[in-house]
Amino acid sequence: MTTPLAPTDEAGIAAAVIEARAAQSPLAIEGRGTKRALLRPVQAARTLSTRALTGITLYRPTELVLSARAGTTLAEIEAALAEKGQMLAPEPPDTRALFGATEDGTIGGIVATNLSGPRRITAGAIRDHLLGIRFVNGAGEVIHSGGRVLKNVTGLDLCKLLAGSHGTLGVLTEVTLKVLPAAETSASIGIRVPDITTGVKALSAGLGSPFGVTGAALIPAFCGPDGPATTVALMRLEDFADSVAYRSARLAEDLAPLGEVRVLDAAESTGLWTAIRDAQPLGVGDAEAVWRVSVRPSAGPGVVAAMAQAGGRCLLDWGGGLVWVAGPADAATHAAVVAAATAARGTFTLFRAPEPLRAAVAVLPEEPPALAAIGARVKAALDPAGLFNPGRMRAGA
Amino acid sequence: MIALPPPSPEILARRAEIVAALRGIVPGEGTIGDPLSLRPYETDGLTAYRQPPLAVVLPTSTEQVAAVMRYCHAQGIRVVPRGAGTSLSGGALPLADAVVIGLMRMNRIKEIDFDDRLAVVEAGVTNLGITKAVEGEGFFYAPDPSSQLACMIGGNVNMNSGGAHCLKYGVTANNLLGLTFVTPQGDIVEVGGGHLDAAGYDWLGLMTGSEGMLGIVTEVTVRILRSPEGARAMLAAFKGTEIAGAAVDAIIGSGIIPVALEFMDKPCIHACEAFAHAGYPLDAEAMLIIEVEGSVAEQDALLERIKQICQRFDPISLKVAQSAEESLAIWKGRKGAFGAVGRISPDYLCMDGTIPTGELPFVLKRIGEMSAQYGLQVANVFHAGDGNLHPLIMFDANDPASFHAAESFGADILKLCVEVGGCLTGEHGVGVEKRDLMTAQFAPHELDQQRAIKSAFDPAWLLNPHKVFPLKEIAA
Repeated sequence: MTTPLAPTDEAGIAAAVIEARAAQSPLAIEGRGTKRALLRPVQAARTLSTRALTGITLYRPTELVLSARAGTTLAEIEAALAEKGQMLAPEPPDTRALFGATEDGTIGGIVATNLSGPRRITAGAIRDHLLGIRFVNGAGEVIHSGGRVLKNVTGLDLCKLLAGSHGTLGVLTEVTLKVLPAAETSASIGIRVPDITTGVKALSAGLGSPFGVTGAALIPAFCGPDGPATTVALMRLEDFADSVAYRSARLAEDLAPLGEVRVLDAAESTGLWTAIRDAQPLGVGDAEAVWRVSVRPSAGPGVVAAMAQAGGRCLLDWGGGLVWVAGPADAATHAAVVAAATAARGTFTLFRAPEPLRAAVAVLPEEPPALAAIGARVKAALDPAGLFNPGRMRAGA
Repeated sequence: MIALPPPSPEILARRAEIVAALRGIVPGEGTIGDPLSLRPYETDGLTAYRQPPLAVVLPTSTEQVAAVMRYCHAQGIRVVPRGAGTSLSGGALPLADAVVIGLMRMNRIKEIDFDDRLAVVEAGVTNLGITKAVEGEGFFYAPDPSSQLACMIGGNVNMNSGGAHCLKYGVTANNLLGLTFVTPQGDIVEVGGGHLDAAGYDWLGLMTGSEGMLGIVTEVTVRILRSPEGARAMLAAFKGTEIAGAAVDAIIGSGIIPVALEFMDKPCIHACEAFAHAGYPLDAEAMLIIEVEGSVAEQDALLERIKQICQRFDPISLKVAQSAEESLAIWKGRKGAFGAVGRISPDYLCMDGTIPTGELPFVLKRIGEMSAQYGLQVANVFHAGDGNLHPLIMFDANDPASFHAAESFGADILKLCVEVGGCLTGEHGVGVEKRDLMTAQFAPHELDQQRAIKSAFDPAWLLNPHKVFPLKEIAA
């Protein structure tokens, strides 16, 4: 592969796209390429990177808004926010370990993959916090959508369309995000539960309580913080200290009938949630594949059971609705994941796998024909020449 | 005045045949074709515009909607979807040669699941109807547009409706899990479901706020949330709009996100006080209503923090509700704001722009200058936390000159919102009302990009073709 094109401004990105279009030469679109191993391998001779589009362009803490060029690292943004006691509420995961990347990922990459962590269950996903974008379409035009205000319904919401489109519809050049105050402190309630089903019940009870749970995960026995014999349902509270104290006591009391309860302090809780965010408890082996399955929380235990049959290990987040699966990187295990997600009327992503597997299977669910036809026309409306990330999401697209 | 695309004489001439065919799909009273019965469908919440449709159908199932869409698509007939008709931007305004598909008879709640915290409802269920169905178990549906008693969830999805509590709970888009919609070709499509986050393109997100241009939403899966233990409001009045704005900044800057943070200017305070006798301070230039949630002790602690912050800004008055009843009294004036303005003026236009919150004092000053220039009174209510501004422009609809001046005044305010870094509409939608202002916010090629996405769903531009975009590609 040749050296990536890495223009230093938006006009340079547009020029590179126009040139690629004239040459009928598709482009792999990336920031720093830290999630290149996500989904299918891209079929493109050249890479267009936004890594040189850097810098926070606007940050107004009291207006809860931050804009940054797409190549700005997540680390830089999170540091700037921390300085003002704020955060990206969806707490995007650090996927470097899973993807074997060494560099910090970019904010453009986070938006393009719409990756959110544990707080997604109550605070919303990256796409919910995306207020505005600028991107270059397949005609080389710079398009903006949304803006820098928190409420905006003017025109079609291309922010939602581009978020999670994995660079297949346009090259993001700048993003504007809603940011929120970080809580004064946090704590977690851990409940030792006899099985996964009871665990998800405990999470549902917590999320259905008036106490504002901001994380609800289930750590199966094999990787639990209390040792290998115990499955732990874990719920996080984040707020002012007096609120956290009050709510954790109330929640512990309410959930006591479901199992032995322990309250984790801020330090222990924070470390554990970072690990869950990054799927560390799964202890993914080098040769293993990783899937993310999203289902109704009550369907989570069924997915876990099906995956156990197929030789997979699971970690549950989002109240039981997000099932991280680690298992053998083969077509049979993939087929088992697809079957389990389909049976639960949910969705799946083959998150990490050796190239031969992710090139061979559908890494995302197939869409019904009517929707697939609309999808093809929407793709053509944004990228008529099929320049961007061919093959990333689906074979031949 | 906004122009509508000219009707097709050929379609108009076929009215009887088309009504008969529609009656074959939606029998009996579900198809309306006589001019008198069509009258209730000629307008919505933007009553200055009226246009009876060719016919109305009131289907009772997604399959009936699909059959109507297949017929209209095959015959080249335009279609306009309608929920409760509460749009303030003309979102439900018909065309003379269009069939209105009214979703109000699709009003069943199909599933409620408290463990998974979701409800599956048909498009014609009212916003408040969802909360009513789940409140017995202590749950609620969060977005609360002020029309929530009447407005329907299908319309909420199409307009991405907000409300007074968006700062904490988000807008409609943030509270949806799935949709069933019918494409312009008549195919039934499901997106999302009971789970979070699409793998693949976010069709749910694109459909939300698409103003009925991409498909007919027939069924919606919404998130339901457990209600907080309680909520309480306080009132803070200040000597100037800048001072009140600075107090808002200080509250947010301290790390508190109140569940509601409402701002009223002096004309609005006076109108509301005359109407509701809520005890608002009439000497204040600006007033905030701030609401917090939690246990009584948590409410006390948060309100005390906020009170201390407000005290740094030399308030005229600070009043913390001591009970739920006192909270209601504080809210009474604000919730009656539109009615209150309606009492002092025969008619008013409710505008809906969003601005960066720091620009509020400048924008209010400019609106005051414009008010003098146009000779029309204006009262401003503002969702201060999220920057959504609702100027209420008072005019007399019996005087065409007054109406035109009000429209121009409104357009000038919205252009000002865009100039200071905001947008034309925060929660009411573009509809027909703001369609011709879109060029203030988007470059021609950006509008073309959005039109191309509309075309990807609806190549023939049969579905709601006269909304959102300045008229261009619609041939008569």
